[in-house]
Amino acid sequence: MNVRVLCLLLWMPWQAMAQGFAGLGMTAGDFDQPQLGNMLTFPADHGAHPSYRIEWWYLTANLTGPDGTAYGVQWTLFRSALAPVEGQGWQSPQLWMGHAAVTTPDAHFIAERLARGGIGQAGVTVAPFAAWIDDWALQGPDFSTLRMTASGVNFAYDLGLRANGPLVLHGQGGYSVKSGAGQASYYYSQPFFDVAGTLTLPSGQVAVTGQAWLDHEWSSQPLAQDQTGWDWFSLSFETGEKMMGFVLRGDQDYTAATWINADGTAEAMPDGAFVAQSLDRHSVASHEVPTKWRVQLPMRGLDVIVSALNPDTWMATSVPYWEGPVTISCSHRGVGYLEMTGYDQ
Amino acid sequence: MLLKLEHVCKSYPKTETAVLWDVSLCVQSGEMVALTGESGSGKSTLLHLMGGLDTADSGSVEVQGTDMTRLNDGGRAALRRGVVGVIFQQFNLIPSLTAGANIDFQARLAGRFDPDLARTLADRLGLQDHLQKYPEQLSGGQQQRVAIARTLAARPQLVLADEPTGNLDEASADTVFALLCELVADFGAGLVLVTHSERLASRLTRRLNLRAGQLT
Amino acid sequence: MTWVILSALLRHWWRNPLQLFTLLAGLGLGTGLWTGVQAINAEARASYDAGAASLDQGGIAQLTAQNGVIDQSTYIALRRAGWIVSPIIEGKLGDVTLIGIDPLTAPRGFGASFGQDGADLAAFLTGAGQIFAAQETLPLLPETGAARLIANDIAAYTAVTDIGLAQQLLDRRDQIDRLLVAADQPLTQRPLQVVAPHLTMTQTTASNDVGRLTDSFHLNLTAFGLLSFVVGLFIVQGAIGLAFEQRRQMVRTLRALGAPMRRLIILIAIELSLLGLVAGAIGVAIGYFIAAALIGDVAATLRGLYGAEVSGTMTLRPSWLFSGMAMALGGTAMAAGGALWSLARMPLLASGQPRAWVIARNRKGLFFMSAGLLALSGALAIWGQGLILGFLMLGALLIGAALGLPPLLAAALQLGARFARRPLVQWFWADSYQQLPGLSLALMALMLAMSANVGVSTMVSSFRLTFTGFLDQRLASELYISASDDAQAQAIMDTVADRVRVILPILSTDQTIADLPATVYGARDDATYRDNWQFLQSVDGVWDILARGQGVLINEQLFRRAGLDLGSMVTVTSDLTLPVLGIYGDYGNPVGQVILTQSLFQRQFPTVTALRFGLRLDASQVAPLRAMLRDDLGVAETAMIDQAAIKSLSLSVFERTFAVTSALNILTLTVAGFAMLMSLLTLAAMRLPQLAPVWALGLTRRRLAVLELVRALVLAALTGALALPLGLALAWALLAVVNVEAFGWRLPMYLFPIDYLRLGGLALIAAGLAALWPAWRLSKMPPVTLLGVFRNER
Repeated sequence: MNVRVLCLLLWMPWQAMAQGFAGLGMTAGDFDQPQLGNMLTFPADHGAHPSYRIEWWYLTANLTGPDGTAYGVQWTLFRSALAPVEGQGWQSPQLWMGHAAVTTPDAHFIAERLARGGIGQAGVTVAPFAAWIDDWALQGPDFSTLRMTASGVNFAYDLGLRANGPLVLHGQGGYSVKSGAGQASYYYSQPFFDVAGTLTLPSGQVAVTGQAWLDHEWSSQPLAQDQTGWDWFSLSFETGEKMMGFVLRGDQDYTAATWINADGTAEAMPDGAFVAQSLDRHSVASHEVPTKWRVQLPMRGLDVIVSALNPDTWMATSVPYWEGPVTISCSHRGVGYLEMTGYDQ
Repeated sequence: MLLKLEHVCKSYPKTETAVLWDVSLCVQSGEMVALTGESGSGKSTLLHLMGGLDTADSGSVEVQGTDMTRLNDGGRAALRRGVVGVIFQQFNLIPSLTAGANIDFQARLAGRFDPDLARTLADRLGLQDHLQKYPEQLSGGQQQRVAIARTLAARPQLVLADEPTGNLDEASADTVFALLCELVADFGAGLVLVTHSERLASRLTRRLNLRAGQLT
Repeated sequence: MTWVILSALLRHWWRNPLQLFTLLAGLGLGTGLWTGVQAINAEARASYDAGAASLDQGGIAQLTAQNGVIDQSTYIALRRAGWIVSPIIEGKLGDVTLIGIDPLTAPRGFGASFGQDGADLAAFLTGAGQIFAAQETLPLLPETGAARLIANDIAAYTAVTDIGLAQQLLDRRDQIDRLLVAADQPLTQRPLQVVAPHLTMTQTTASNDVGRLTDSFHLNLTAFGLLSFVVGLFIVQGAIGLAFEQRRQMVRTLRALGAPMRRLIILIAIELSLLGLVAGAIGVAIGYFIAAALIGDVAATLRGLYGAEVSGTMTLRPSWLFSGMAMALGGTAMAAGGALWSLARMPLLASGQPRAWVIARNRKGLFFMSAGLLALSGALAIWGQGLILGFLMLGALLIGAALGLPPLLAAALQLGARFARRPLVQWFWADSYQQLPGLSLALMALMLAMSANVGVSTMVSSFRLTFTGFLDQRLASELYISASDDAQAQAIMDTVADRVRVILPILSTDQTIADLPATVYGARDDATYRDNWQFLQSVDGVWDILARGQGVLINEQLFRRAGLDLGSMVTVTSDLTLPVLGIYGDYGNPVGQVILTQSLFQRQFPTVTALRFGLRLDASQVAPLRAMLRDDLGVAETAMIDQAAIKSLSLSVFERTFAVTSALNILTLTVAGFAMLMSLLTLAAMRLPQLAPVWALGLTRRRLAVLELVRALVLAALTGALALPLGLALAWALLAVVNVEAFGWRLPMYLFPIDYLRLGGLALIAAGLAALWPAWRLSKMPPVTLLGVFRNER
């Protein structure tokens, strides 16, 4: 077995064990479990939580170039722990993976990095805030003023981020339930980033502006064993309102959503309130992926069509999935990001 | 008309004179014709033409109204399977098959295999005790009788025999010859028999004599 | 009808199991020989690749530090500057070289595969860890608490583990020996000079001088593959031809009874395809066992080449499996195609008697075909260009010669008959002559097998003689050292100055000479060169003229490619043009070379300083000096080349090559002998009508049997006599044509008469053994069988 395959196995244990997407359905073992009623404290909780098995800092941005062209940018740092401790040097059981992407209406550039914890190659510090893997970084004096950089073989970006709204805690004070069986994660967002910066593409540099949405989520067993993947939406409407909603696909689908008012106040929606219905399936990298959706939240009068800016934004990384910018029409208009996992089987 | 030859000519490369020259003849069903002549007079060649084993240079060879000179190899093979049976001077048995299997072979090939008939023929030819033997274990007379049984088992309408008793002593030759005639008569088939035995020729219904490629 | 015909055809084999056996064995052995060689070839090639791609980092760029050690913080700094690099640490753990890697960053395609089942990244990275090594190496590892796991494609005396554990076990925390640089780097990264100015990037290439030796082994195997293919083809041709001849009469009978020709031919083709499939499967199995028996030697050869343990086990590779079946079916189709064609054109009333082989009967046609092929081969040798044509020439030579065998043998036998006085001797010659057509194909196979053996043995032996001479010449110094920079070079010079007899600096620079890439060397005038160098061609007093700076030496590659002969003017730089004084063999080097005197070189290329040195010293002092250079000056082990080690390595390669070659020699002869046995057995039955009268005239069966044996030996001896010149021509073609096309150098040809005699002896033994059984059967044949000839005769 090639070493490359070894690490794929680590990140894709479901292929061997068929336990949900990316092994997220594996039992938590010695790892800590999210508890209801635990208050998140900042800035400490912006950092890493090594006693939980899996964690990510996930930033997506909808950007526009000087000529009005729409772009999407993704910057993600994953942490995956082999044991619920932090160690020194190469002995650290914390492994890191970075994904970066730039999406244009007709192209999709991606890159992936893997790193060991404990040696300084990747990690997260709280004050000043820095999350990094190799030369990719999301860092700034505090969590609301950040600079985001990444590069791949055929692209790079360097973007400034400034938050103009509060953090949004999902579920009950950041305790986000993922299944009827009670699987949960800690989950909060900063959906109010204004963005300005430069994309470097094979065709040259592009100055861009727009908005970004950051998610930070950690857990040890966020999925139930029967859950094979999810469809996750982060939508920003022209009204200034925003919504996060997801469907966890399993024997019984489980949905949850957070409605975010323009002032940053948020309301969690119960299972079933949020409805997402796939309309079109698109074939990408020989997988059938629904890249057009009808999304409804009747309690807020939301009934929109969400469609991919570029339906080919397949992330052919160690753990493959679909992630890309979307546009919103019908009852509300706006932009957002869609993430779909578990379609690669 | 069972067999009709008209103006048949045949010559071989590297020979100046024709083997057969303007030969015409007819054979009816039930007729038994002896074909005689000196060595090299063209008897065997004529017989081969009748059996579609060889083709005439000109003229026509009709078997039951089908002109064999117009058929290709496959068509002539079909005629050999279905209508004409040839008994050779050399016994031409298939060495890897038992006597019994040899007897059955042509009938199977023609798709007209009748086990009772084959058994009857074997009995009448005195082969009943030798059916499990291979050709190499049989005497010359026995082999020739297997060849006759093989031909007749396929129920041909025209039997062509090329000195079938040439390799046998006089007594066996007489026996085999008598059996052949009797069986052909029973089948109501036509027989053309090449021989240079006056004695045998005289016992058939008609006699054709070849000299230097022409009927006399 | 189809079934009736098919069953009659198949019944033939039932009644004649020996013929079936002959056919299957002939096809199977031909296929087996070919498959075996192919399998060895495929296995060897795969092993080379594994060896080269193993932890050798062949072809991957590397960053190394001048002082030998890279601090781990430098690694992190590089990663954070956008450099996709991966750390490697290497050190001795007991007798084993322990290599530490980081599986998460190792470049794609790097590293041998290891850990077949139950691979567990968590266990590899954390806890007590895991160490992978070949089965033989594992016991040599000291107990460390880490799990020891088998990975047989890791080189011998080498173990692989996580870098963290390796640092711990080697007691070298936070240290890295080198960084592998991924081929694809990100769009933006900070310059290396800024991030880590003390690191230098080197592009290792997969091939090196010693690695080129493997090519010779390859060529050897390829040549043997081709020859075995031709030998196999003749045997297949013989077996199929026989199968047709034996059934001509039956085909005739079937047609007379009314079986259509077309159907008959299709059915025979189907029948033969089925038999071809069966024989092919048998052949592939035989080939597998041949290869499995020899692969140990191949593995040993590669161990010699790489100091690397390649697995001595066989894997079924589709390539040779497929080529084996293709050989069986293709050979059958080729042989059957001709036979079916002649069958289709056979007049129904033609004699059904077996006529032996048509191909061998038409002696005049054969003679012209043979002459044509030999002429083509000669033309290709003179005017042909390129490796493909080189092999084409070999093919034409072999087949042409094989086809020429029957007419030549016939002439020899007729000559024998002419000079025979006694009637029995006269009959012997005449009878041999008559038997010739039936034996021709087997004799052709025997001749090809013999000449293949002569040719390949000559090539390998010539190769060895030339190469060991070359090594003596080129590796005259006891120790060779490469310094990483001028400072280290100076330090080395200072250190070794009073410990060695002579320091021979190796000055070199890459130049374009006569529009070809070449390396220019500056050589010190020293007895080392004068004593050891041999020239392919040189002027008188070459060293003295060279020392005076009045000429240059060039290697054979430049001589051939640029057409520079002795006395030709070579433009080294724009203001230096000198005549060629000598041409030397430079085996294994892809580019041209020019040698000047040291003083001339330094005047022309003042900026070039020597980073490599040859050191002359007592052999006993080599090891201590090495240790001192390594420990005191930080010279890497890989930067020091021990002449004795290279020589013994090279020689062991040849020894192994010999082992495989001689095993294949005996094998091809055995197969050829078997083909002869089959032909003789078949002929034995057909020949009864010829033998019976002689027996009846008063010759005992025993006497007849002895004559049969003698006949086989005489034919084999005649064949062998003709095989020798063919084998030598083959060797010449391999050395002077194929080698030149493949590698750009020509090897001198040496002759090995004792070996040829031994081979001739082996061929006679093979032929004698082949004739023994038929002869014995004849001597024991019941008289009634012989009498049967008269009884059955019409």
